[in-house]
Amino acid sequence: MSGDRSYRVFKIEEGTVIDHIPSPLGLLVLDILGQVSEGIISIGLNFDSRRTGKKDLIKYEHKVIKKEETDKIALVAPQATINIIKGGTVVEKRSIDVPDTIEGFLTCMNPNCITNLEKVKTSFDVVEKEKVKVKCRYCERVWEVKPNMIEKDGRS
Amino acid sequence: MGIDFKGRSFISLSDMNKEEILYLMEKSGEVKAGKHKGLLSGKTVATLFFEPSTRTRLSFESAVLQQGGQIFGFSSSASSSTQKGESLTDTIKTVTGYCDAIVMRHKIEGAARRASQVADVPIINAGDGANQHPTQTFLDIFTMMEKKGSIDGKTIGLMGDLKYGRTTHSLLVALSFFDVRLAFISPQELKMPEHYTDFLKTKGIEFMEWDVLDEKAGDLDFLYCTRIQKERFFDPMEYERVKGSYILDKESIQLLGDSTYIMHPLPRVDEIAEEIDEDERAIYFEQAHNGVPVRQALLGLALGTIR
Ligand SMILES: [Zn+2]
Repeated sequence: MSGDRSYRVFKIEEGTVIDHIPSPLGLLVLDILGQVSEGIISIGLNFDSRRTGKKDLIKYEHKVIKKEETDKIALVAPQATINIIKGGTVVEKRSIDVPDTIEGFLTCMNPNCITNLEKVKTSFDVVEKEKVKVKCRYCERVWEVKPNMIEKDGRS
Repeated sequence: MGIDFKGRSFISLSDMNKEEILYLMEKSGEVKAGKHKGLLSGKTVATLFFEPSTRTRLSFESAVLQQGGQIFGFSSSASSSTQKGESLTDTIKTVTGYCDAIVMRHKIEGAARRASQVADVPIINAGDGANQHPTQTFLDIFTMMEKKGSIDGKTIGLMGDLKYGRTTHSLLVALSFFDVRLAFISPQELKMPEHYTDFLKTKGIEFMEWDVLDEKAGDLDFLYCTRIQKERFFDPMEYERVKGSYILDKESIQLLGDSTYIMHPLPRVDEIAEEIDEDERAIYFEQAHNGVPVRQALLGLALGTIR
């Protein structure tokens, strides 16, 4: 089965598999989540997918994805799925939901917004979930989320 | 009464619902009629104008002084400690200990929201950059209700720069609480942005878009004018060509109905000719004066001296 093929590529015993990332967003998701991990990080690009045509896949060994990381993925690849692996089997399947609010890891694109000028944690209400649009709680501008607004991790 | 404004900040129109706006209007009416006299006596209000705005500041100061309150503050950031590099947060955390309420204006958007998070006293937003200036909208709504009794069923024209104008956007949001019809009168370059017209569609509010003021204006209950700035035009020739179509003078107001009131947030430049100031339908100075009772009521509610 073609569905199994991707799992055979780099089988992990413990960790997280982020599957069904629509190509070519795999590298972007990797960039956003960062590359700090105790174990191996493997990435597969361009698998055939019934759902999205072509899909990308990322596996983090020994890392369980946190809520904030799930929210970040939701903003760029809401179609992706997350499987938590323990002892070589999937113990938890998570679908990705765009959250109602986003605290802290998005930058407001308004240069005249207080969040860009003083030490204030950003805060957004999600006003549209399909093409994700957010409204800054401070300057009240509405933005369609672009990858460059997302604070990246793991750049150490 | 389910509405209690005591201790509450007024930052943005988006924090208010229709009932709250109507309640504020009712109390503003009472204050204007002479009820609640001395409602700010014993209270101290700080006016922190990090960005100058003489009219707004004078209106607030008059509002406080007339009701027996004390006032202190600064009128530009040159005379404040921000000039020495102090953060807004620190300024607010300090001043909050000196007064019962803070009225602030700042060129940075979101400044008032931030201030309200660190202040122990209510913050009244008197303008944060291009974002919000809620008391302007409250006095606009108050003036409309005062003139026509109710806003429901009315047709309101918004004219001028509808693309960048904070005042008209804020007014549009407030009017959307009511059963109104709107007319947008502007050059193509300065049309009402689509996200506002989409918003009106979701609220089921009928609106019309006119290129110029013409005889259709006879049906308007209010014509709200704003200035068209030359800098907004990509092509200066285009500005020269269109600007005349949005100026009110003795000739063009003949298009208006007998009870079409003319409003303007002031200051005006040349979009309304002085020659029409004496016309009974020109109510922009009256509108500005209404800022006093509305701001008094707002402060009284926020401080709990009006209930
Ligand atoms: Zn912002």
